[in-house]
Amino acid sequence: MTIAPDLPLRDPLTARPYVVSTIRQQTHDIVTLDVRPAEAPIAFAPGQFDMVYVYGVGEAAISISSDPATPELLSHTIRAIGWVTRALNDLQPGATIGIRGPYGRGWPLDDAEGRDLVIVAGGIGLAPVRPAIMAALAQRDRFNRIALLVGARSPRDLVFRDDLDRWATNPAIDVHVTVDSAVRGWGGRVGVVTKLIPRVPFDPDGATVLTCGPEAMMWHTADALVKRGVDPNHLYVTLERNMRCALGTCGHCQLGPVFVCRDGPVFAWPEVSGLLEEREL
Amino acid sequence: MAAPGVIAPSGLGSLIALLRDEGYRVVGPTVRDGVVVHDDLAGVDDLPVGWQDRQGPGTYRLERRDDEALFATAVGPHGPKRELFPPRQHLWEAVSDGDAVFHVVEPPAPDERIAFLGVRPCELAAIGVQDRVLLDGLAADRVYAAHREQVLLIAAECHQPAGTCFCASMGTGPGVVDNDGSVPVARADLAITELLEGEHRLLLRAGSEEGSRLLDAIDHRAATAEDHAARDASLAAATEQMGRHLDVEDVHDLLMGNLSHPRWDEVASRCLACTNCTMVCPTCFCTNVEDTTDLSGERASRDRRWDSCFTIEFSHAGPTSVRTSTRARYRQWLTHKLATWIDQFDTSGCVGCGRCITWCPVGIDLTEEVAAIRASDGRKSTS
Ligand SMILES: Cc1cc2nc3c(=O)[nH]c(=O)nc-3n(C[C@H](O)[C@H](O)[C@H](O)COP(=O)(O)OP(=O)(O)OC[C@H]3O[C@@H](n4cnc5c(N)ncnc54)[C@H](O)[C@@H]3O)c2cc1C
Ligand code: SF4
Ligand code: SF4
Repeated sequence: MTIAPDLPLRDPLTARPYVVSTIRQQTHDIVTLDVRPAEAPIAFAPGQFDMVYVYGVGEAAISISSDPATPELLSHTIRAIGWVTRALNDLQPGATIGIRGPYGRGWPLDDAEGRDLVIVAGGIGLAPVRPAIMAALAQRDRFNRIALLVGARSPRDLVFRDDLDRWATNPAIDVHVTVDSAVRGWGGRVGVVTKLIPRVPFDPDGATVLTCGPEAMMWHTADALVKRGVDPNHLYVTLERNMRCALGTCGHCQLGPVFVCRDGPVFAWPEVSGLLEEREL
Repeated sequence: MAAPGVIAPSGLGSLIALLRDEGYRVVGPTVRDGVVVHDDLAGVDDLPVGWQDRQGPGTYRLERRDDEALFATAVGPHGPKRELFPPRQHLWEAVSDGDAVFHVVEPPAPDERIAFLGVRPCELAAIGVQDRVLLDGLAADRVYAAHREQVLLIAAECHQPAGTCFCASMGTGPGVVDNDGSVPVARADLAITELLEGEHRLLLRAGSEEGSRLLDAIDHRAATAEDHAARDASLAAATEQMGRHLDVEDVHDLLMGNLSHPRWDEVASRCLACTNCTMVCPTCFCTNVEDTTDLSGERASRDRRWDSCFTIEFSHAGPTSVRTSTRARYRQWLTHKLATWIDQFDTSGCVGCGRCITWCPVGIDLTEEVAAIRASDGRKSTS
């Protein structure tokens, strides 16, 4: 491998080289890339993201989806929807990609200390909360109940199925999976993820909730949670906006006064619900 | 610090020569194609000698004066941002080592000593604003920091504001504003006040050790009480002549409390979303990144270039853009400049230079837009 590991990298906008070690096909259009740094690994917090660069194509903001306890092996889970994400889906093991990060404010696990921790993920939204689940399970004593609610369009759109199967038999975490529409052979629940919210056992008064999914799903989830009695101040979402720098200077990710990259991407619901309500802000 | 001095207009020639001898690139206002632009200055004759501008919404014209004034034109479309934060900047390059393996090469930091001559007070404020954005954030911007560290700022106070100027409303001019820490104003190394009453002369005041050294190095006489009085009178007259006015009282809450005001639709029916206003604004900082690969495929370059919130691609995320309508894009621009900028950087994003008014092809005037919203403030009826 001819990566120059000793280059002095001075510019915060310059990527560091990483080597793709394994590729896991999650769904027809989602892969998880496990990468190893050519230089010293950098610690990250659950919910933080990287800017991931593909040779000659460009960069995309991608959440880190691996265990924060092992920063020497970073995972990113990527849906192919455009130039960069498609190119990331087409890589082979051994390829170099560029990574700079980690960026942003992650999930506030401290807020859930001594409380019920409820995690609601839609589709690929499981990827950005996966490090939080792993960190919470590693410090299981800090929390009361831990519940994970996962929704996907169909069984073939579920990501991290190995983890879901494993966690399903782990008494430390209460896992509920549902799909919008079933196929033959699916023995699980059918219906949107918000339908699970009234049924899953947790104490709404003493729950901290982490939500990740499409914006519409987060709205419905927030509505259902607040209806059940969850304090919106303990409800957290992660937002997606166009990002070019991740440093708060390219201007693209602004949502009113907020730079999503720098002030987020994780926000307490009251910090952003009013802004999101304003059409085209 | 050297005491204020006075020189004849021609004396500026020795300053320019001295700076060039010392290895500075001297950049300042000069007339090209009927417009005052920013370019290299070799001597006093390169300045807009005897010219004056007539600026209005969507119009710009140069006119001859009946004197030899050097600084009677206000700002043109360019400003120091072109050099400090160039429209296109090379970030880094990935060099292929074959087999989908590459390494990264960064260009050397820019190393150029630029002396800006004739920097307007509003531009000092704009540099101060950019310092907050590009130096004081999560990480200092390398390109900007490298240019900024080496720059020399020689200001020229304004005695002839243009029809689109409103620096007096924004507290950034027409005289050089002291940097007392309350507003972010870049410090001028040297400030020039052109005095036209009586003998045509330039009052020079040093603002830094470097400016002081330069003032000492050129022939001058000591400034008198009369010179200082002439400066005061000139600035007072310029304040009187200010072409436009913006009422900034409560402007943050005014705009953020009127996000559904019908005026946004009205202005959107005129705005072409051409991006001109953002390209000429001295504080706009938004950028995009471009990736290009050379013909052999062996080198892939990343370059950054100015971007604009007026394009539909700017807010692309998810299946569509966040801001598809022109209404939303104009609203983003104006609310950012005058309101959310304050939340983000504790300063207004507008310094009152008037460029966006002059260079808007349809003459949209932000001072008028704010006044229109103020005149029918939606908050009054709702709250
Ligand atoms: C903080 C943050 C974390 C993210 N984490 C992840 C992650 O873990 N995994 C992941 O796959 N993605 C993630 N994203 C989204 C990802 O950054 C975008 O999908 C990516 O930038 C698209 O780049 P591209 O070059 O592939 O698409 P482009 O070529 O730029 O876009 C092509 C087309 O795709 C559409 N498009 C662009 N972005 C999106 C989007 N987000 N959703 C749907 N369509 C889009 C555009 O409308 C365009 O038509 C994250 C984004 C942010 C801001
Ligand atoms: S918004 Fe207009 S007047 Fe204000 S600084 Fe920018 S270009 Fe000048
Ligand atoms: S306000 Fe004027 S200059 Fe700005 S985008 Fe609209 S038409 Fe162009």
